[in-house]
This record gives sequence, structure tokens and C-alpha cells, in this order.
Amino acid sequence: MEKEILEHGLNFNRRRFLSSMSLGIGGIALGSLLMPDLFKNGELDEEALVAGMPHFAPKAKRVIYLFQNGAPSQQELFDYKPKLRDLFGKEIPPSVRGNQRLTGMTANQASFPLVGSFVDFKQYGESRAWVSDLLPYTSKIVDDICIVKSMYTEAINHDPALTFLQTGSQQGNRPSMGAWLSYGLGNENKNLPNFTVLLSRGVGNGQGVYSKLWSNGFLDSVHQGVQFSKGEDPVLYLRDPEGMDRKERREMLDNLSELNEISYQEFGDPEITAKVKQYEMAYRMQTAVPEVMDLSKESDDIIKLYGPDCLVPGTFAANCLLARKLSENGVRFVQLYHQGWDQHGNLPFEITKQAKDVDQASAALVTDLKQRGLLDETLVIWGGEFGRTSYTQGKLTQDNYGRDHHPRCFTIWMAGGGIKPGIVYGETDELGYNIASNPVHVHDFQATILHQLGLNHEKLVFKHLGRRYRLTDVSGKVVNDILI
Amino acid sequence: MRKTSFFLFIAVCLVIAFQCCTSNSSNQPKEEKVPERISYNFDIRPILSDKCLACHGPDANKREAGLRLDLAENAFQALKENPKAHALVAGKPELSAAYLRITSKDTALLMPPPSSNLKLSQHEINLIEKWIKQGAKYEKHWAFVAPKKPAVPEVKMTDWPKNEIDNFILQKQEEQGLKPNQEADKERLLKRLSLDLNGLPPGLQMMDEFLADTSPAAYEKMVDKLLRNAAYGEKMALHWLDLARYADSHGYQDDGYRTQWPWRDWVIHAFNNNMHYNDFVTWQMAGDLMPKATKEQLLATGFNRNHKITEEGGIIPEEYRIMYVTDRNDLFGKGLLGVTLECAHCHDHKYDPFSQKEYYQMFAFFNNVKEVGIESVIGGPETYAKKPLMEISNEDVKNILTFVNKQDTNRLIVSVMGDLDTTRKTYVLKRGVYDAPGEEVQPGTPSSILPFSNKYPKNRLGLSQWLFDKKNPLTARVYVNILWQEFFGKGIVKTSGDFGMQGELPSHPALLDWLASDFMEHNWDIKRLVKQMVTSATYRQSAVVTKDKLAADPDNILLARGPRYRIHAEFIKDLVLSSSGLLNKTIGGPSVKPYQPAGLWEGATSGRGLLSVYNQDHGGSLYRRGMYTLIKRTVPPPTMGIFDASNRDLCEVKRLKTNTPLQALVMMNDPAVLEASRVLAAKLLQEKTESEAKIVKAFRLIVCRTPSEKEVGVLTAYYNKELKTIKPEAAKKMVAIGEYPITKNIDIKTLAALMRVVSTIYNLEETITKT
Repeated sequence: MEKEILEHGLNFNRRRFLSSMSLGIGGIALGSLLMPDLFKNGELDEEALVAGMPHFAPKAKRVIYLFQNGAPSQQELFDYKPKLRDLFGKEIPPSVRGNQRLTGMTANQASFPLVGSFVDFKQYGESRAWVSDLLPYTSKIVDDICIVKSMYTEAINHDPALTFLQTGSQQGNRPSMGAWLSYGLGNENKNLPNFTVLLSRGVGNGQGVYSKLWSNGFLDSVHQGVQFSKGEDPVLYLRDPEGMDRKERREMLDNLSELNEISYQEFGDPEITAKVKQYEMAYRMQTAVPEVMDLSKESDDIIKLYGPDCLVPGTFAANCLLARKLSENGVRFVQLYHQGWDQHGNLPFEITKQAKDVDQASAALVTDLKQRGLLDETLVIWGGEFGRTSYTQGKLTQDNYGRDHHPRCFTIWMAGGGIKPGIVYGETDELGYNIASNPVHVHDFQATILHQLGLNHEKLVFKHLGRRYRLTDVSGKVVNDILI
Repeated sequence: MRKTSFFLFIAVCLVIAFQCCTSNSSNQPKEEKVPERISYNFDIRPILSDKCLACHGPDANKREAGLRLDLAENAFQALKENPKAHALVAGKPELSAAYLRITSKDTALLMPPPSSNLKLSQHEINLIEKWIKQGAKYEKHWAFVAPKKPAVPEVKMTDWPKNEIDNFILQKQEEQGLKPNQEADKERLLKRLSLDLNGLPPGLQMMDEFLADTSPAAYEKMVDKLLRNAAYGEKMALHWLDLARYADSHGYQDDGYRTQWPWRDWVIHAFNNNMHYNDFVTWQMAGDLMPKATKEQLLATGFNRNHKITEEGGIIPEEYRIMYVTDRNDLFGKGLLGVTLECAHCHDHKYDPFSQKEYYQMFAFFNNVKEVGIESVIGGPETYAKKPLMEISNEDVKNILTFVNKQDTNRLIVSVMGDLDTTRKTYVLKRGVYDAPGEEVQPGTPSSILPFSNKYPKNRLGLSQWLFDKKNPLTARVYVNILWQEFFGKGIVKTSGDFGMQGELPSHPALLDWLASDFMEHNWDIKRLVKQMVTSATYRQSAVVTKDKLAADPDNILLARGPRYRIHAEFIKDLVLSSSGLLNKTIGGPSVKPYQPAGLWEGATSGRGLLSVYNQDHGGSLYRRGMYTLIKRTVPPPTMGIFDASNRDLCEVKRLKTNTPLQALVMMNDPAVLEASRVLAAKLLQEKTESEAKIVKAFRLIVCRTPSEKEVGVLTAYYNKELKTIKPEAAKKMVAIGEYPITKNIDIKTLAALMRVVSTIYNLEETITKT
């Protein structure tokens, strides 16, 4: 019945439907401010409306994505391969390597000697998941997370691989995952941007990040990721100029509204009213953002949980704590990037430090959300853009080696948001080179995330230049095995 | 739960909507009318294309049941699955399998299948039914038929049109019972014109001059004057820089610096010299292949080397070289032909009649460049351009390339085009993958647009000749439409990058064809076309919109009022600098690094190269026009992005026009705007005038019109209040913003108070709006 009413509504003259609606209902007008795509050019867009509601009951309301930029080596963190140690220095069998293409960095390498992890692994929790000694804190939360060892991608270089994971296409100029969710689900907190981005950097070999990774693509720019940075101006141009207090800003805005109203009386252009509303939202953001950034009210226990670094702005730990606060305040998608995981050489030294940078705070975030009762509705994701080879790049010695890019398999973990906790999904072969069971393509992973947020990845579409675009491009299936 | 409440909400809305409708009969919803005569191109093709062709269209690999609905002969044939039946039977919907399937109650038979998430509305079904009844006649897609110059239509209001454009526009309005607005008042008209032709506000002198000139020719004189200003070239260059994805960095992960700016200087020069569109494009496409090519022609080919080029060690070179060729090919499709050629990169196009083979035939034109996937990793000045490249010496600048603003004696290199001596073979790439070559192909063009004639050489020069062949149906229409979009806010075809079957239909097809034919007849003269548009009565209308007009035509498709919308990011900066007197009018040269919040580049860099740290410029470089702000692709200038500027990753022919709270924050708190407010306030305070006169002058400089009494009242009251309440300490802090020296012997409190007033004027909606 409801469906018929809706359809009827969509079928009758949309413009009149709206103009009559605006007489009495403030709700849609509010909706149009928060989700302007619904009202492109003043008309209700059916497709956008269909996209704008959950397609089914969502398990998760929000996402925190702890992106490990540069591709952490699965062999030293989660994917335990004792056999690789036994085969130290032996050539990888051609039957295993198959037709896998090589990057330009190892294309001219004469041999491809296998190398096992320099660090030991142990089993933890009820799930008995293997975790390396580099991740002592993560090992304590294995029963809260789902480790996926069988992720694979199509790209072999950082830029296209990152872009692929975030936008579903290697080429760029498409909306990022956070932008899609903002578009599909709208805003829970109208005083904060719906999609925020936090950057940090470790000591390891770094690769850049690019603002296209949090681009709105062809969606309205209200869905663009807003970068929060350390320092006094967490959002660009948020702070009023020196010498101007809040009361004075309010006065300025009151005068501004009065003048804009005169202009509206003359022109009758609804854009003028919309502009005034955006200024008011900016004004509210000026208060809301510093409030959420303020860590002074966090208890000692929390500070201890995340580690002392969480009080140093711009660190991964500080960003994790901030991510919880933003998420708690209704920010739909919080995207962290931690740079420095590109260990082509000197891997044992670099990865030890990288792991130490992120281990405690990543685990703390899951624990913190759990004790606040928020983990059920918040999906946390940890992982990079591809994996690393089980053979060495460059010179192999007893205690030093490197690993090249490897798109065929890599490990990520997910927690909360209706994902089964305490399981390990997918396996790689004994040399950690190919997937042995349950492969998960990047588009499958994206379809699963959307699914948990109540969105059907085939229905969350936006028509642009004649084509209906999706986050998952033209493939992807939900990985039902890991869902509660 | 959530879903239910949402439906409930909609239901409540509907009930109220119905009540409103019934209480006011003029609001009564009308059934969408099925026209008397069904047009295949306007009524049917959009439905087939959007809802059917993905499975029953040009893509041979995805075609279901062997049925193709985009071609008449195929649609009328016996069905493969059931030879007794036919998808379409002319005049007989009840015998047409296609009609039976779209109206079937059986969801297993219903088309489109529910699994596709597509659905036909009753109105669409009615249209198809009537079309079949009327004989199911197919027509060639309108955009693939060369335009013929239509007769200029007759109108009732004969004294309104100023040129032919107006007849076409007025005729449609009269059909719909609308009347055009009156001409805009002179101040607003001048602001609109000045922003559109120069990207700058007019300034007091020009305003006074125009207001004083009461002759009938005043407006046209002003148009000519603005067309002669060098700022015209800068204004016009901007849309071309978006289209040509011009930037100052190589893109991809290290995103090193490049010196491609002499090409940008050439574009400005070309527009200022009114180079005609055919030459303008031919030089850029094939300057290097022209007989006795000059250095200037070679520089123009930088166009096809503006794409991103990787400096990431360890990539697979061929994968990237293929990406560069792809980028050029896709730009050619989208920017110059207005078709989504890129869709045929991996498979036959799903909607338009371009096969994957044809994609690679076009690709072949761009596949012979003497280039490699990676030439060098990020490094010093030798990496600022990639081979093939040209060197520009100081001697060149003195003699031939006089428009290149080279400021030192350092070596200057620019990436340009240059082909191999032998031909690199081109193959269809299966699934678009660089290492999966299929059939070998020869250079060619999509036959549905215009087959490639043997009279043309099979290279980029030949391709340019094909592009400007009078029989090419797209080239002129597409560029005319892009310029229309520049001046009227949206194209006659709204999807300016897609004239294909999935693109929007033109709102004024006859006008588009008339303009395109006229443009070709006058030898692709750009300035003439611009002048034609801005001297039309359509353009000159006031932007005031009454409630009735808003209800009748909310999107202003019929143009019964003047265009009114927010100006581009770069021009906002120009307006602020120009009105405050800070603008540095230097044209061209290396891009500059004005104020930018700290840490943006540093926080997102691999740490390598010249652009890993933002070393802000000082002095005059802070006050250059917005188009000269350095564009580092991975971290483009933030204020520009916030106002929808292109990130220059790929060809872009249409910017979004959004309105967000971040834009409000920029206007309120960007040091560049605050500094301009302070500098203008100081300048006004040095004049021996009353405070009210100062406010009026600031308003005129910024909003480009004399404020009303009411407006002056609000601003003066605000000024007096600030003057009284502002604390000396706060005032001192307030005026300390920006590097421009603070004027001596000025009362700081007065300065701060007036600065706040000026800043408020900068924040008015009207200020950054073309009104």
C-alpha cells in the first residue's frame, strides 16, 4: 500500500507535487538542504529519492575506515606461513607464480627467492586466529574482529589501487565510498560534515594520498570528504579572524541576512535563501567542530586505552580517538589514512615501527566503541590497497629483505556493523601467493559495506553523462558468509 | 522501522499535497500528455536508450535474445527465439512482442526484467503504444545528422528580438504562453557582461562611462571594448583549461612539478587574437604535423600532453603509455565531439552506435607518439617536461613566442606532440586491458558520426580535417553549446559532454542548429559568436523571477528571464582582488602560490620533489588572477575546489554549481578576502568623504551597483555600531591580516570597523553572483 502511494506520488506531475508541498511541509525543504541531489534544479529526482532511502534494514549506521596506506605486508601481520621460512632463499615455483605480472621494480630481477616472516606468530582468543608478535594489542581483540585473508584487487601500483578501493574504479573522477554513503543515506548531524578525512604518517616508506580519494566525483560537492587537520583550524577557514568574537560574527551574519533578504525581495531567486541557510550552517559548524575536536573531557582510562600518542594531534592514535568522537556525533563516514606501509626494502625494521604506530590505537577504537555500545552500529575497517609478495625484492640476507606489490591476495579486518566477530575468512595457499578459498574482490568488499549500511549496491546509482554509475562499477556480490 | 517511518512521511506529504491541490484548482496535477504525433528522436529513443538498449543495443557481447531495438531492420525481423513473432509490428501494438512484454503482468516475462532495477512508467508505455500504432518509424539520432540552417521563426512580439537568437527563444516562450523579462538595468547588465567577457567586475570608471552613455549604441560599444581587453583571453581560456585538463604537476603519486604553463599562455594569446576555432583546434591537435610547422604551432600541441604522467618507479611502462593514449582519445570524444567514446574502451558502446573496434581506430591516431610510460622518476628541472618536448629560449620569446611570459634565463621545456617515424601497430585491447591485444586496426572514425574519408591523411592532421569537415555533425554544435553554457549557465544540450542517445535532448534544437551552421558559415569565428550571444535580447533580460515564472519554468529552460548564478571559483578571487585594488594584472608566466592553509601539501605527499612543501609566494604574486594559482593535481588549491573548480585530472566540460557551508567559511575567513577588505577600507578612509559615501563606494566597487537607501542604512548602522564597540586590542589583531603593508596614519579602530563592513559586502549573495 505504502509503495503504491509512493509510486503514485512519483508519477504525478513532480513539479506541482513539490510546489504544493512547499506550502506546508518543512521536512522536504530541510531534506533538500541536506541532500541537494534530491532536488537537482528544483525538481524531485526519482532516482535520487529511491537511492536516498535504505533499501533494507541497515545493520550499521556509520563507518570508520582505518586505511593503511602503502600496503602492509600480510606475511608479517596476519597471514601466517611457516612454510615460507622453511623455503628461505628458494625460488618461487613458476607454477605458483603463474602469469602474474610484475611491477617495474622487480621485472628485471633475475630470481625470486621466497622469504618467511622475520617475526613469530601465535594464536589468540576463542577464534584461535594467528596474529604476529608485531600486533600485541590487536591480538587481544581477535574475538571482536573478522579477519579476511582473501582480499584481491586488479591494480598493482599505489595510485590506481587506492583509487580502486575508494571509488570502485582505477581512473579517478568518481565519487569515493564516503561520498556515496553520504549521498545514499543523508546526514545525521547537520552541524558536522558527513564525510570526514584524517591523515597521519608513520616512519616507513611513504606514498602520497590524493584528495581525489575523498572526492564527490559527479555527486553534489556537499558529499565531498572534508579533511580535518591538526592545528587550530581543523576545517579549512573555520576560525573567525583574530579580533572577532562569536557575538560579533553573529551580528555580522544578522546584517548579512537582512541585506540578502532585500536582494531576495527584488529577485525572488530561491538560491538567495539557500545561501543564507548555508551561512547559518557554517556558523553552527564553527561551534560544533571545535567541540568535537576537544579531547580535554576524555577520561584518563580512555587516554590510557589509546596510548599517550592520542594527545599528540596528527598522530594515528589521536585520529582514532577523534574518529570515535566524530562517529559518535553522527558523522557517516570517517576515513583515516596512515601512510608509510610501502616496504620494498628494509622491511623488518620499518614494519616494526609502522605496526607499533597503529596497533594500540586500532584495537583501542574497537574496544572503546564496544564499551559504549556503539560497535554494533559502527563498521570499523582496517587494511591497505593490496598485499605484498612472498618473495623478496632486492637483496635477501638472513635478517633483512623487502617485498614488492602483490594484488593477488591481501588481508584486512572488519569489526562491528553486523560483521561476524571472531572469525577468519578466506585462505591463501601455503606460500601465501594465491588465494586458496573464498576470494573477495574489491567490489565484493564494497558491496558488503553498502549492504551493511542498508544499501543495495546495484541500486545505489547516479546517472551521469548517460550512464548509471555505481560504487561497484559492474560487478560485486555481498559476502554473506561474514555477516551476522 | 526506518523504512516504515519514511513511507509514512511520504504518505503524509501526499495527503497534504492532495489537499493543497484540490483546494486550488490551478494546482491540479495534470496527466502527462501524449503528443498527437510521436517523434522517435524526442519521445521514443530516450526511453529505448535508457531502459532497453543495455541488453538490446549496440553492444554485441551483452545482447540478449539476439534482439536489437536501436536498429529498425533488426527490430522488425522475426525473433530468433520465436520466428513467428516480431518485436515490432508496424501499426499493431497487440502483435508486437516488445509491447506485449513491457505490459505483461507476468513478472517472468515483464520487460525490463525486475532484476535490472529499471521500470517503464505508464506514460512511457503509452508513448510506445502510440508510436507503434503510428507505424513505429525510426529516425537517425538527431546529433549524428549534420545540422542544416533552419529558417528563423516568426514571432508575435516583433519588436523584442535584437538578433536571430531571440526569434528562436521567443517562439518557444510564446508557444508556452510566457513573455520575456525587460532588459536588465544598466548596472546589472554591465556587471554581467564584464564578468562574462573579462571575468572581472567593471570598476567605477567603466560603470560611470556606461551609465553616462545614453546613446543606443552604448551597449554594443561596451561589448566591443570588453572584447578588446586582454582580460578577454584570460576569461575565455578558463573553460579551455578545464577541457584540456591543464595543470602544473604531473599527477599520480609523486605528483612532481611540470612547466606546461607556456601552453596556457598560448591559449590566452590565441583567444585574444581571435584565432578561429578550426585553426585553434587544428594547431593543438596536429601543429607538429603541419607543413613547415612553426614553434608556435608546436607549442599548441602541448594540449595533448597535459594529461597526467607517472613518475612512480616500478610501474609497468606499457600500462601507463596506454593510459596516456586513452586519455587523449577520451578527451577527443568528450571535449571536441561531445560523445562518451570512453564507454567503448572495454566493450562496444551500450547506447551509442560505436563499436569497440571503432574506439581503437580512433585510438590509433593518438598511439604513435614518441613517448614512454615512464621517462624519469621525480627529480630536478630536467623532469619538468617529458619527451617529446620543446625548448623555449629567451631568443624565441623575444622574436616568435612573444606571448610566453618567461621571466628568467633558465632552461624552459614544455611537453608537446611528436610522432614516431614508423607506425606503432594498434590493436583492439580486449576488456580495455593493455596486455590483451586482439585484432589489429587501422586509423578510422565512428561511421555513425562520419566515416573517415580517404582524402585525409591517416594521422592527427587528417583527424582534424575530419573534425572540421562541413559534414561532421558534432564539432560545431558541441562548441557552440559549450559557449552557450558559459554565458547562459547551461547548454542548449544540458549534458554538454554527451550528445549521444543517453544525453539530454536540446531544449532549442533549431537554435542549436542555426548557431552551429552560422558559426561554420562564418569560418568558426569565436569572437563573432560570443558577440552574437551577448548582444541578444535574451542575454540582456533582467534576472528577476516572479513566482509565476518560477512555477512555470523553475529551471529557466525557456529563458524568459536573464541568467543568474554564482560565478566560477577563479573569478570570485578576481572579483575580490580587482574591487579592492590589489589585482596584479600580469598575464601568463609560471603559476603562483598565494596564501593557503598550512600543511595541506605536506600532509599528503610522498615527501619527494619540488611540490612536497608549500613555499608560499610573496609580494605581487599574491595578487595574481585565480587562473594563475598553481594546480598541484593531488592537492588542488582548496578554495578553488570548494567552489567547484576542476581538479584537472581528466577532461571536464561542465562544472557543478553547488552551494555549501564550506563556501561560506571561505568568504568569511579566507585571509585573501579579509586582506582585500582591509586594503579597500584603508583606501576609502584616506579619502575625504563621509562614512556613508565610503560605504556606497565600497558597495559599488564590489557589488557593481549603487546600493539602495535601505542597504546603505543597514550597512551604516552596522559600521557605527562596530565603531563604538570594537576594542582597540581586537581592532589591532583584526587589521593585522595579510602581507600587504598597513597604511600609516590611520585610526586602527576605524579601519577595523570599516573592514568588517567591507567584508560583509564581500559575503553578500549578490556579490559573487552574475545577476
